[in-house]
Amino acid sequence: MSDTTVKLSDAAIRRRMLAEFWFYFSQNRGAVVGLVVFTLLVVVALFAPVLAPHGAATQYRDALLLPPVWQEGGNSQFLLGTDAVGRDMLSRLIYGAQYSLFIGIVVVSIALFGGIIIGLVAGFFRGWVDNVIMRVMDLILAFPSLLLALVLVAVLGPGLTNAMIAIAIVYQPHFARLTRAAVMSEMEREYVTAARVAGAGNLRLMFKTILPNCLAPLIVQATLSFSSAVLDSAALGFLGMGAQPPTPEWGTMLAEAREFILRAWWVVTFPGLTILVSVLAINLMGDGLRDALDPKLKRS
Amino acid sequence: MVRFILSKLLFLIPTFLGITIIAFGFVRILPGDPVLLMAGERGVSPERHAELSAQLGFDRPLVMQYFEFLGRLFHGDLGNSLVTKKPVLGEFLTLFPATVELGLFAIVLATLIGVPVGVFAAIKRGSWFDQVSMTAALVGFSMPIFWWGLLLIIFFSGILGWTPVSGRISLMYYFPDSTGFMLIDSLTSGQKGAFTSAVSHLILPSVVLATIPLAVIARQTRSAMLEVMGEDYVRTARAKGMPQRRVIGVHALRNAMIPVVTTIGLQIGVLMAGAILTETIFSWPGIGKWMIDSISRRDYPVVQSGLLLIAGMVMLVNLLVDLTYGLINPRIRAS
Repeated sequence: MSDTTVKLSDAAIRRRMLAEFWFYFSQNRGAVVGLVVFTLLVVVALFAPVLAPHGAATQYRDALLLPPVWQEGGNSQFLLGTDAVGRDMLSRLIYGAQYSLFIGIVVVSIALFGGIIIGLVAGFFRGWVDNVIMRVMDLILAFPSLLLALVLVAVLGPGLTNAMIAIAIVYQPHFARLTRAAVMSEMEREYVTAARVAGAGNLRLMFKTILPNCLAPLIVQATLSFSSAVLDSAALGFLGMGAQPPTPEWGTMLAEAREFILRAWWVVTFPGLTILVSVLAINLMGDGLRDALDPKLKRS
Repeated sequence: MVRFILSKLLFLIPTFLGITIIAFGFVRILPGDPVLLMAGERGVSPERHAELSAQLGFDRPLVMQYFEFLGRLFHGDLGNSLVTKKPVLGEFLTLFPATVELGLFAIVLATLIGVPVGVFAAIKRGSWFDQVSMTAALVGFSMPIFWWGLLLIIFFSGILGWTPVSGRISLMYYFPDSTGFMLIDSLTSGQKGAFTSAVSHLILPSVVLATIPLAVIARQTRSAMLEVMGEDYVRTARAKGMPQRRVIGVHALRNAMIPVVTTIGLQIGVLMAGAILTETIFSWPGIGKWMIDSISRRDYPVVQSGLLLIAGMVMLVNLLVDLTYGLINPRIRAS
C-alpha cells in the first residue's frame, strides 16, 4: 500500500519537473525552433531509405552535374540536382543525416562517459589523483582541438571510426572538468555527509548520491559538444581525414565537390547548408536547455 | 606583479614538458612502426629498415629517445623534414609570419566589429538590432567555415570577380620577403599595386577566419555588458546624474572588458584550428596548410615538431592573456 503511494508521488514529481522544464524551455522561441528542426533531422535519418528518392551511391551516368529542378536544365527526377558522377544530391543529403547524428551520438557518449568517470574520480578523491588527472586534461586542452584530432586520426589512420574516437578524446577533458567542479561543490553539501554517515560506500556515493545532482551542466555541455562534433567531423571529412568517399557524409561530400565550385554551385552549397542548419538547430536547443536546466548559467 | 608573473611562468614548465611528451609519444607510443609509416606504401627492405631505425635512433630505449629528443629541442634542433630534408624549425619560421598576418588581421576584425556590436546589443536589449545581431552571431558560431570560405569564393571571386581565389599576392609581383609579412614587404618594395594586391588576397581568408571569433566575442561582450549594467556602481553612477555615454564608456565597458579580453585570448586556439581549414581553402602558405600537407604526406618529424611549436605558442599567448587579465583586474593578482 505504502509502496504504491511512494511510486505515485515519484511519478507526479517527475511530471512536475518535466512541466517546469518545458515551461522554461518553451520560453525560448529559438530553442523550440531548434527542437523542431532537430526532430525533423532525426525523422529524416531514421526513415532515410523510405524518404530518399534514389540510392546514396546510385550513379546516373546520363545525368552528370544536373542543376536543381528550378534552374534551367534541371530534371524533376533530381530535385536538388546531381553531383559529378550523377548521384542524386537530395538522396545523399538525406542519407548524410544518418552519419551526422550517428557521429554526434557516438562522440558525445564516449566523451561523456570518459569525462564523467575521470571527473568523478578527480573530484571525489582529490589530492594527487586529482592533480595528475587535471594536469593531463590541461595538456589535452593546450592543443587546438581540430589539430589534435587531425594528428590523432593521422596516426590511427583516416576513417570515420577513428575520426569519432579522436574527436571524443579531444572533447573529453571538458566533461571531466565540468564533472569535477560539480562534484566538488556537491561534496560539501549535507546530504552527502548524511549518506556517508548512513554507511554508503564510495561507489554508491559517487554514482548514486552525487552524480545525479551534477547532471544539469553536463547535459548542456553534451548538447554543445554534439553540434561541435558534427562540425569537426565534417571538417575532418572535408580535409580527407574523416569518412572516406563514397560515404555520403556532408563534409566528405563538400571535399569531393570542391573542384566544381565555380561550375556547379549546388554541389557545394547544399551539403554546407545542411551542416549549418543542423548545427544551428542543436545550438539553439542547447541555449534553451541551459536556460531551463541551469538558470545560474544563463548570464554567462 | 613580479611574483604573479613568476608563479605563472613556473606553472608553465610542467605543462610544456607534458606537451613534449605528447608530441613525442604520437610518433612513438601509438601502434605502428614509425619507420614503416615513414617509408609509406612502397615498403622497405629489412636491411634498409634496420639502417633507418639506427639512423633515426629508434633502436634505443624509448626513455632514452625521449631525453635525446628533449636535449635536441633545447638546442633548437627540431629535426628535419622527411620530404624536403630541411630543418623543421626553419620551415616553421618561414611560414609562421603568413599565419600570424592572417590571424592578426582576423582577430582585429573580429574585435573591432564584435565588441561594438555586443555593447550596442546590450544597451538596446530586446531591440531589433539586438535580435538580428544575436541571431547572426549564433549563425556565425554554428558556421562550417570551410563551406563559408567556398561560398565567399563563389560569390566574390566567381560571380563578382572582386577578389582573387588563392595565395598571398598576385604572381605579377616579386620581391624578397624581408619580414615575411606580405603587407609590410609589399609596401616597402615600392612596387606599384603590390600592396593593394596583398590586401585583396588577405580579405576573404581573414573574413572566413574571423567569423567564429567574431560571433563569440559579440555574444560574450553582450552578456558581460548586461551583467555589469545591473551592478550597484553603475546604478550609483546613473543616480549621480552622470551622462549615459560616460556611464557606459567608463564604468560599464571597462569592467565588462575583463571577461571579453579572456575570450579574445582564448580565440587563439580557435584561430589555429580555423587557420588549418582557411589556409587549405585559400592555398595560404602558412603553418596550418603546412601541417595538413605534412600529415597527409606522413612527414612525422614535421607533425611532431609542428604540434609542439603550435601548442607552445598557444600556451604563450594564454600566458599573455593571463598577465593582461592580472593587469586590468587587480583582484586576480591578489588571489
